[in-house]
Amino acid sequence: MVQIQDLAQYTADIAQKLGVHKYDVYGANTDSTSVQVDHGEPKQVKASNRSSVIVRVWNDNGTMGVTSTTDVDPVGIELALKTAQDASIFGVKEHIPDFSPESTAPLPEVTANRAEPTPVTDLITSLVKAEQELLGAHPAIHSVPYNGLSQQEIERFYLNSAGALRSEARTYASVYLYSKTEEEGKKPRSAGSFRMSPGLGSLAIADCIAEAREKTISHLNYQKIPSGKYRVVFSGEAFLGLLGAFSNLFNAQSVLDKQSLSTPESIGVAIASPLLSLADDALHPDNVSAETFDGEGTPTRRVPLIENGILTSFIHSTGTAKRMNAQPTGHANIGAKVSVSPHFYHVFPGQPSETHYSLDEAENVLLIDDLSALHAGVSALQGSFSLPFDGWLVNKGEKISVDSATIAGDFRDLLKAIIYVESEPELTPGGVCPRIWVDDVSVTGES
Amino acid sequence: MEFVRLINWGTPQAHDVVKRTHPTQIPMAPSTLLLTQELPSLDYLATPARFDGTWEAPLSTLLGLGRAAGADFVEFFLERVNYISCLAEDDLITSISPSLTTGAGIRVFRGKADCYVSTNDLTFQGLKTALEKALSILGLTLPAPTAFIPEVCLELLRDYAKAKDKALWLPECSSIEEMGEILLATTASLAQAASHVQSRRAAFFRDWQEVLVASSDGTFARDIRLTQSVSCNVLCADGEHRTSNGLRDGDTSDPDFLRNWNYQKATAEVAESAGQMLYADYVESGTYPIVMANHFGGVIFHEACGHLLETTQIERATTPFMEMKGQKIAHENLTAWDEGRSDDAFGTLDMDDEGMPTQRTLLIENGILKNFLSDRAGQMRTGHPRTGSGRRQNYTYAAASRMRNTYIAPGDCSVEEIFASIDKGIYCKKMGGGSVGPTGEFNFGVDEAYLIENGKVTKPLKGAILIGEAKDIMHKISMCSNDLSLAPGFCGSISGGIYVTVGQPHIKVDSITVGGR
Repeated sequence: MVQIQDLAQYTADIAQKLGVHKYDVYGANTDSTSVQVDHGEPKQVKASNRSSVIVRVWNDNGTMGVTSTTDVDPVGIELALKTAQDASIFGVKEHIPDFSPESTAPLPEVTANRAEPTPVTDLITSLVKAEQELLGAHPAIHSVPYNGLSQQEIERFYLNSAGALRSEARTYASVYLYSKTEEEGKKPRSAGSFRMSPGLGSLAIADCIAEAREKTISHLNYQKIPSGKYRVVFSGEAFLGLLGAFSNLFNAQSVLDKQSLSTPESIGVAIASPLLSLADDALHPDNVSAETFDGEGTPTRRVPLIENGILTSFIHSTGTAKRMNAQPTGHANIGAKVSVSPHFYHVFPGQPSETHYSLDEAENVLLIDDLSALHAGVSALQGSFSLPFDGWLVNKGEKISVDSATIAGDFRDLLKAIIYVESEPELTPGGVCPRIWVDDVSVTGES
Repeated sequence: MEFVRLINWGTPQAHDVVKRTHPTQIPMAPSTLLLTQELPSLDYLATPARFDGTWEAPLSTLLGLGRAAGADFVEFFLERVNYISCLAEDDLITSISPSLTTGAGIRVFRGKADCYVSTNDLTFQGLKTALEKALSILGLTLPAPTAFIPEVCLELLRDYAKAKDKALWLPECSSIEEMGEILLATTASLAQAASHVQSRRAAFFRDWQEVLVASSDGTFARDIRLTQSVSCNVLCADGEHRTSNGLRDGDTSDPDFLRNWNYQKATAEVAESAGQMLYADYVESGTYPIVMANHFGGVIFHEACGHLLETTQIERATTPFMEMKGQKIAHENLTAWDEGRSDDAFGTLDMDDEGMPTQRTLLIENGILKNFLSDRAGQMRTGHPRTGSGRRQNYTYAAASRMRNTYIAPGDCSVEEIFASIDKGIYCKKMGGGSVGPTGEFNFGVDEAYLIENGKVTKPLKGAILIGEAKDIMHKISMCSNDLSLAPGFCGSISGGIYVTVGQPHIKVDSITVGGR
């Protein structure tokens, strides 16, 4: 593990020796342990202790080059600075990335609960017990083929030649259980659950078991459904999955690169039903992995993206903010080209609904729990999607699992076809989002 | 007691230059003299610049230490990577990203359970610390202070890099300047070839990897791999009509790859696809017979069958084929291979990441399941023999049974005969990605499709995803043409993302669910 103060010192010394006057460094130390089990026995334990940094060097002509490396000792840093210096000759001449004007601004206060690492044997024991409970939950559950329990400590840091030096450390624990059924004359069915927390002590393993069990059993009785247009209810996780796949809508770098469904003129335009509001909020209290600064050292913050259906802001790096006359929002990742990415979505109701819907009363609606193949079935620049899913046909609260079907459509049309945003948020690793109701979604089942 | 082992840098036969003394001078072979209590003061200097014979002594000792602590098997995987990527957007180079990685992964087996520890610290102390962590996680303790640690004797370094002059590869690859020139020529060519262009991109990466594997069964092998890939992409828009089309080429083991790349051919192909797809209708959902083009069409076999023949799937009981070796699992016209030996293909490598030479593995012969893809853990846990298929993205992953170049063998039909057999169906010309789940249900996206009417290809269609059950679909691949073509791809699974080839001739699938609108 590299000590950040030491790294800052020897990087400064080496830079001086090499005649490098302007540089910055972003990096992380990671210490992690994870376990998997198979029918009561430990299967694989993984542990790692790693460091990595990316350095940016500006030469005297002002152009910039980068290098990333896992060798963070003085020899490795020297090679990285030299390589970055060499690459800087070929750096861009327009819109050259620069330090964030906020790289030394005060960071937001967050309460990060850091947990002490748990011995590996305790991780194994906890997971074996969870697996056992799930196997005993129903005679059809034959295996938990994908399972894992892990703990991790991450320390992130940013420093630059103008005196910025900031770091933060977090601990996480996470568990996933994915069980599979076998029944005579039926297809195998499967479902799973995931939970995350700052440490093993606060990890909701019992909830994870209960959810995996309930979902897996709910898919035992399945049927094909006819193709057609359906009223669809997306779970928080499914909606966030789709939103994430089309995140170019909010990404200032994508907009500037013309790799987005939005243009600079899209701000202020109604892109969704007025029932929908959305923010990106790294500092949301439910975000276990809350980061207080981005790759450029800019403090993170809550950024409203959609208010009552209107697109209100993009997420920015220092460079995109400068080009679009906005403020950096703390969403940058440094590289030869600075990229921009979201932290943690918060979806919530916009304008109050006139009509309230409930799964207990609705007839013939499709509840989509999880979307698959987002990497294959989404055309992010066309706006279209065509995706397999796990879900149920719901009739007055009674659920029957849907066998091999897909949904398809245009994401921009879907945002406008929202008829209801429920109030109860669902917590997922990538954000919080309630169930979202959408009308007239094309579903392919049986013709 | 000071006890230092010093090994000359770059000396090929490490054991010749080991200088060590021992106060008691016991007349035994020097290699059996190390005691546990001497470990803390033991040090080695292996050359950091290259994996060569100087690594033999420290690794022999560490492997011996693992075995002495009671491990059934110990493996060291050392890796050094010199990677660079380059991106051209419209008429500018916007990103050049070099990345240097050094790391090691230590795998220890106790019975059928294993522990994998990774680190960036390749000093003797760093490797020893990582090994001790792995041992302690598995409940193994270091032997008593006066216990012997017999070192593991390794085979003569099996050096594929040296045998095939691979040291020359890296300096012969395209310079940053040359990368920039070729990518900018590519984006310029896209501007000329396509219409309604909104943005143009060309991207290249070069991944140079040196690996060393040493394990307690005596394996000691080194290799250098060179993988390069270039892609170009165009986004075209006309009002509400939008299409994004691209193409990727790639190979291994050829430093001249980029400079010999025919970018005009690539951009012409992309421009033609974009022209076809810009105003294409969305596909109408339903169940159709389909023709899948050769080349990247092979994604269907990769998802619907390839993954399900990996022993990692047998370990988890997530494959319907686990008990079906020797039985008919596919149409009698179907034969399929997975191998690491095709010249310069994207999934080609001399040895796998466990130091075994890659093999040519016959998966299915005339519909009969012949072999699974197995790695070391797979052989141990399922009994299926290793096939040189142990692969991993990098040192942070333990190797797992993975595909290499996977393809359906050519058949005896002509492409015309295949189309002629279909009244109404879909021609899947260019596939996107795909996936397969633990129940054997697979899917893949189609970027460029056409309607087939009365044996003829008619209008372009977009936005299709195809889904099916592995067990059913393999019996429905009923016709194969004779125009096998391989395409580069990236495959992500338990041991990370790896370079693979998919491939096939044109094939007919009698019926499949096509998801659309």
